[in-house]
Amino acid sequence: MTTGRAERSLIPPADREQQVLDRIERARRRRPKLREERITMSHGSGGKATHTLIEAIFLEAFRNPLLEPLEDAARLPLQTGDGAAIALTTDSFVVSPLFFPGGNIGDLAVNGTVNDLAVAGATPLYLTAGFILEEGFPVADLTRITESMRDAAAAAGVRVVTGDTKVVEKGKADGCYINTAGVGTVPAGMNLGVARARPGDAILVSGPIGDHGVTIMLARGELDIEADVESDTASLAELVAGLLGTVPGVRALRDATRGGVATILNEIAKAADVGVLVAENAIPVRAQVRGAAELLGIDPLYVACEGRLVAVVDGGQAEDAIAALRAHPLGAQAAIIGEVTADPAGLVTIKTAFGGTRIVDLLVGDPLPRIC
Amino acid sequence: MRFVDEFRDADKAHALAARIAALCEPGRQYKLMEVCGGHTHTIYKHGLEDYLPESITLVHGPGCPVCVIPMGRVDDAIHLASQPDVIMTSFGDMMRVPGSNGAFFDANARGTHIKMVYSPLDSLKIAKANPDKRVVFMAIGFETTAPSTAMTVLRARAQGVTNFSVFCNHVTIIPAIKAILDSPDLRLDGFIGPGHVSTVIGCRPYEFIAKSYRKPVVVAGFEPLDILQSIYMLMLQLREGRSEVENQYSRVVPWDGNTVALKAIGETMELRPYFEWRGLGFISHSALRMRESYADMDAERLFDVPGVRVADPKACQCGEVLKGVLKPWECKVFGTACTPETPIGTCMVSPEGACAAYYNYGRMNRQRVPEAISIGLSRP
Repeated sequence: MTTGRAERSLIPPADREQQVLDRIERARRRRPKLREERITMSHGSGGKATHTLIEAIFLEAFRNPLLEPLEDAARLPLQTGDGAAIALTTDSFVVSPLFFPGGNIGDLAVNGTVNDLAVAGATPLYLTAGFILEEGFPVADLTRITESMRDAAAAAGVRVVTGDTKVVEKGKADGCYINTAGVGTVPAGMNLGVARARPGDAILVSGPIGDHGVTIMLARGELDIEADVESDTASLAELVAGLLGTVPGVRALRDATRGGVATILNEIAKAADVGVLVAENAIPVRAQVRGAAELLGIDPLYVACEGRLVAVVDGGQAEDAIAALRAHPLGAQAAIIGEVTADPAGLVTIKTAFGGTRIVDLLVGDPLPRIC
Repeated sequence: MRFVDEFRDADKAHALAARIAALCEPGRQYKLMEVCGGHTHTIYKHGLEDYLPESITLVHGPGCPVCVIPMGRVDDAIHLASQPDVIMTSFGDMMRVPGSNGAFFDANARGTHIKMVYSPLDSLKIAKANPDKRVVFMAIGFETTAPSTAMTVLRARAQGVTNFSVFCNHVTIIPAIKAILDSPDLRLDGFIGPGHVSTVIGCRPYEFIAKSYRKPVVVAGFEPLDILQSIYMLMLQLREGRSEVENQYSRVVPWDGNTVALKAIGETMELRPYFEWRGLGFISHSALRMRESYADMDAERLFDVPGVRVADPKACQCGEVLKGVLKPWECKVFGTACTPETPIGTCMVSPEGACAAYYNYGRMNRQRVPEAISIGLSRP
């Protein structure tokens, strides 16, 4: 039976709109279903399609309690009885171009995995390095990449302890792909996770956002835009150690890579079933990045960083956390950008610089593939 | 950022909002249509509706170029892209527009080569870099983007590029506005005129709206203060009982348009007898095709285009949304079967589409969002 127009109009529009909003929220909470028959580029974007792919295919196949939190690194309890754990993570790198202002695929491959461990509260220790090389790839380029990996590993205090090499025919890969895995130790009592966010917590970022993504976009040379901006690729291990050492009220850390800060904020809202409210004019963005993003019609909130973290901290310790972050060069421009609220649960909202309010949703589609 | 931030000033917005509220007559409801999808995007992205009194409703119009492309044209494009040695190019927004058998993204997963470009000139570059391929640019958009397609065609001719062609889907705004004005189920009080289109066609073409239909039109820019000011100008006309065409966006829009751009369009393209618009049906003289003299760059002549007609999915109410009869959330499938990741209708695809804008930016109960952030924000 359908509701006729006359009957519907008896219900005030605001209530009808609320009914629709409730219906949408119910639909969004259903387990995602993968509808596509083939993988498309959207499945690699870090946005909604990636989440659907992970939950519908990978989580479905591998489901276990260690995987289920879907944090940046898995936390593997040790049988020592004191609550200490091992953190394990892996990441693959397919960035194009391989070399860009501020770094290359080698820096990313080390820093990306180190950061996934660091934001899990782990001390990064050992990495693996797997290379997939295309026939014809210049050895000089491979040398530059591995030298960068060596230097990045030294800076992060980790060692590359095992690896693998495969070569594929020309045309079957794009020069060089790298996979790294990493392990680290998590001290007893360290238990970070976005699901721990609660109303009254502060949301922080460690510095200006979007540098890496915009750098890669411009480095491809397809846009005829030039800007003085370089990748922020860096190890966050020291910065995190400084923060966790002085601020006990840190509840969760994430490094804002693919999908940018907006994706992290959505993960917080979803995992903890809370609202996240941020202020647009509190979010640090370099003028060059804002300008390029404005021209390209993209939102810096969705642009990848490779050396920035988002922190959820007990509201009462927010200023301490800012001080701890700013004590390190990588956190010099750290800022409180918003807070965790009870309502509207599951949603990220932003107070725009213009003074209005809107939602910040997960990204659909992909403004820029292969950024890391 | 200079030249942008001054058009997003919250203090000025508050002052304008107060003047708008003062113009509202008690008990009267106002429906203003922003014709252009770019305006819809700005309104939602900056949360502009927070500044408007409840008696003013913004109705989102048909000016989203992606949203008006019918499914059949997407199928035609994928058919073209499936021909041997074809590289198709189009704007990013088109990549996810559903045809009857998936969108460009899905076609690429099945083996076509459809590339996203920011400018038609990039397609020409691709054509020159791949002389053994046939590069087809799927041209979409109103008079805003038609000049860049025309300039690309002229340049291709001048440079003797022979492997470049255009699948022309350019549409014109005036017939669409007229279709809406003649639509029996709609009552509008005024129009926020499309700024980008007007940089090309100028303000004169809207005069019939003011004269024959007695509705005020204010051509507006794309920053939030531009739109707020144009709403103020519309409200002032309504209050004073005037119906005129005014130009809020005079820093960019010349009254007579851009004659060079219009000449380039006229040189390369001509009006089609009719064209199908998504949700609005066939509208006569509402779209452009390549002229006979540029037949060698007209994909519809070079290739065998099936010209399929695909009926819109039954549940889809894009037409009503495009005409402003329904608000996005009033559509039966909004947000459940039809979402930005699995769109049924085109309004849900482009960030300029009314449904996508509402879903991505406006899908909230404003009463439940806290007024302000309570933790002291630290400036970077």
